[in-house]
Amino acid sequence: MGRAWRRTHLGSESDRATFRTLHTASLASPALREGLTTTSAERSIRHLRALLGTPALALTDTAGPLAWDGGGQQHHERRTAALAVATIEAGGTRSFDRSEVGCEVGGCPIRTAIASPLVVDERVVGTLQAFAPSPTAGLARATDEVAGWVSGQLELAELDASRTRLMEAEVRALRAQISPHFIYNSLGAIASFVRTDPDRARELLLEFADFTRYSFRRHGEYTTLAEELRSIERYLLLEEARFGDRLRVTLNVAPEVLPVVVPFLCIQPLVENAVRHGLEGRGEGGHIRISARDQGQEAVIEVEDDGIGEDPERVRRALAGDASLDSVGLGNVDARLRNAYGDEHGLIVETAPGAGTRVVVRVPKFAPGVSV
Amino acid sequence: MSPAPGIVAIVLVTVATLAIGTWGLRFSRTTSDFFVASRSVNPRLNASAIGGEYLSAASFLGVAGLVLTFGADMLWYPIGWTAGYLVLLVLVAAPLRRSGAYTLPDFAEARLGSRGVRAVCSVLVVAIGWLYLLPQFQGAGLTLRSAVGAPVWVGPVIVGLVVLVNVTSGGMRSITFVQAFQYWLKLTALLLPLMVLLVVWAGDGTPPAAREVAGWSVPLADGGGQGLYLTYSLIVATFLGTMGLPHVVVRFYTNPDGRAARRTTLVVLALLGVFYLLPPAYGALGRVYAPELAASGRSDVLVLELPRLVVPGPLGEVLTGLVTAGAFAAFLSTSSGLAIAVSGVLTQDVTQRRLRGITAFRVAAVVAVLVPVLVALAVPNVGVARAVGLAFAVAASTFCPLLLLGIWWSRLTAVGAVAGLVAGGVGSGAAVAWTLAPASASGWVGVLLEQPAAWSVPLAFATMVGVSLLTPGRIPPHTRRLMVRLHTPEAVELDRG
Repeated sequence: MGRAWRRTHLGSESDRATFRTLHTASLASPALREGLTTTSAERSIRHLRALLGTPALALTDTAGPLAWDGGGQQHHERRTAALAVATIEAGGTRSFDRSEVGCEVGGCPIRTAIASPLVVDERVVGTLQAFAPSPTAGLARATDEVAGWVSGQLELAELDASRTRLMEAEVRALRAQISPHFIYNSLGAIASFVRTDPDRARELLLEFADFTRYSFRRHGEYTTLAEELRSIERYLLLEEARFGDRLRVTLNVAPEVLPVVVPFLCIQPLVENAVRHGLEGRGEGGHIRISARDQGQEAVIEVEDDGIGEDPERVRRALAGDASLDSVGLGNVDARLRNAYGDEHGLIVETAPGAGTRVVVRVPKFAPGVSV
Repeated sequence: MSPAPGIVAIVLVTVATLAIGTWGLRFSRTTSDFFVASRSVNPRLNASAIGGEYLSAASFLGVAGLVLTFGADMLWYPIGWTAGYLVLLVLVAAPLRRSGAYTLPDFAEARLGSRGVRAVCSVLVVAIGWLYLLPQFQGAGLTLRSAVGAPVWVGPVIVGLVVLVNVTSGGMRSITFVQAFQYWLKLTALLLPLMVLLVVWAGDGTPPAAREVAGWSVPLADGGGQGLYLTYSLIVATFLGTMGLPHVVVRFYTNPDGRAARRTTLVVLALLGVFYLLPPAYGALGRVYAPELAASGRSDVLVLELPRLVVPGPLGEVLTGLVTAGAFAAFLSTSSGLAIAVSGVLTQDVTQRRLRGITAFRVAAVVAVLVPVLVALAVPNVGVARAVGLAFAVAASTFCPLLLLGIWWSRLTAVGAVAGLVAGGVGSGAAVAWTLAPASASGWVGVLLEQPAAWSVPLAFATMVGVSLLTPGRIPPHTRRLMVRLHTPEAVELDRG
């Protein structure tokens, strides 16, 4: 009775074989998702050999062996390079007979080999070589399928890597994204002070220099909130020089949160947006409020303007990455915050047409892997 | 005795605390007078805040009571509580700040890259926090009974409520200025009455103790080998336990860099050194004017009763109000800091999985305060300073090895860390359970369980080192890079990524 129950509970014999295969594959996949390296090959090859059930298995790149699992490593591993070259030339799965595998050691179970190329983006990056006493059509088929699956995992790895590269490229773009208008307007504002108030013009020029140096900084993905706020302070000084009394700014910063580590340029785009929205089409000017609060394990940073507001649907699209909207920085900042701290730390935007905008950033004081 | 000065003092401290928490240092600025650089918390202010949060009921009431009852041996308590910062200064402060960790579990995760170690650390933070909160609430019961004649359960309930309101409403959310204010309040509240008392004592012709107890003023006068063991164990616990207190470590995060962390610790040493001169003086004066308190087992209220006993009349009432205010500030600041630390860990590792945002934090805060209040009402009073001493023993047996080996030994592994934490935690925890339970043992067993640090700390170190050496394959791959980051001053140009 109990046996029957258990059998139906876990599925038939063939179901269980499928589960085992899927489980073995899932064990191999995390390593392969890091790309094809010696480390990832060594960590995954044991599981791949379990999938194929051959006496020995090798993973190579295009030039030579990366990892070997099973017997006969000493006298066979050095020959894998030649097999890899031959496979890549053939352009598909092929088998090698005794003379090509060339084993002189008596009692060695390895007599023949079947090798399949690993293909990422239509480019061969390595081979999977299964060694067996005799070549069978079943083994050839299985090797071909496993090589196809491994290629799929490696392609995903490539995708992950390119996503990271894209993110880095976006940060670089953001660094270079000081708007030409801002540069033009700032220099214009400074020029207007050169005769009337040379001291102020000199100070503003120095602020401008420091501001650009921070924004064009090349190294480091993270910075401290103090550094980020200092740059915002300079930015606002320059904008105040231009707008005069029309731009009113209130800063309210708890000193406890100044050492918190944040992604580089994650607040400044929000302030730029606020200045633009707060003053756009308003003769009487606008009021920007920036606050940073200490909240136990987190720092809460808010950027608020009392300007024209925005349709929440448009903000949702901007956060989803729609580049056609003018809030370019918003989606980028949101993506980088989620990337660094997880999805629960994305931007929170509260807005409605005519009701101003408030953007809230919640940053944990500590997150693994995040440091200046 | 009239309850008026006590009530006035308690209300004033509460109102002042809330007011500074709400308005202090938070007034709005415009950009023209706002400069980030000049606004970071400077080491002196931060040190005052650490002192304010650190000086608990044990320091304010307990030390004087212990000195009154047991004599010079007990001076090791204030010495150890200060010297703990010396160890922190030399071995831990700067690297800990450079690690970027906000809490002890954060440090464990950053150093060992293991969720398992983090979980064990979280459990220990909660355990040490509760053990430390317990005597605060019991002390509050004593204080309110002595100051206004309330039943002994009123104190824990009132302080628990005030702390809960503070923490959940965000009124005292680690505002540095509030805690700094509490330090100076506590110092004043002990210093002014003491000066009056000393003047009166001098006016009386500096009388000696009313009834000289043999060996009171001589360390290790009796007890022989057991007394020596107790003293050394106390020294180990207090010297090494400070670095493992959850609410102390959190404050170091506020320093901008490792150098500032060291300077802060140096100032803390000075501030604590000054403060701890005062309670033993109360203990000694208590020997002269109030020896009956020691005999009746109510030595913890010595600081509160002494002004009234020595200086009758309105001046005595005012001084009583002042020390009551200081004692209340001691409960409030330490309990708030601990409650925030404990509920932070509970939020992160427990309630956040079920609830969202501020609700998760509030539920955690209620649990964090409620548990020690209930225990404080249920278990007998073991003496404020004794119970805090046990919290130090647990901290010294668990987090001290983790921090010292984590910072200074690159071969530490996650497996070794967990083994050491468990060994030290179980060892010292058994001693705590033994002390809080009504059972008692005599002879060496009782002595070893009363002050476990001298054996549980080496046990934890040995386990951590031994198991780490047995698992050399489990050394985290990023260890060398992290070590460079921990030990290189921020001013040095270096790729820390």
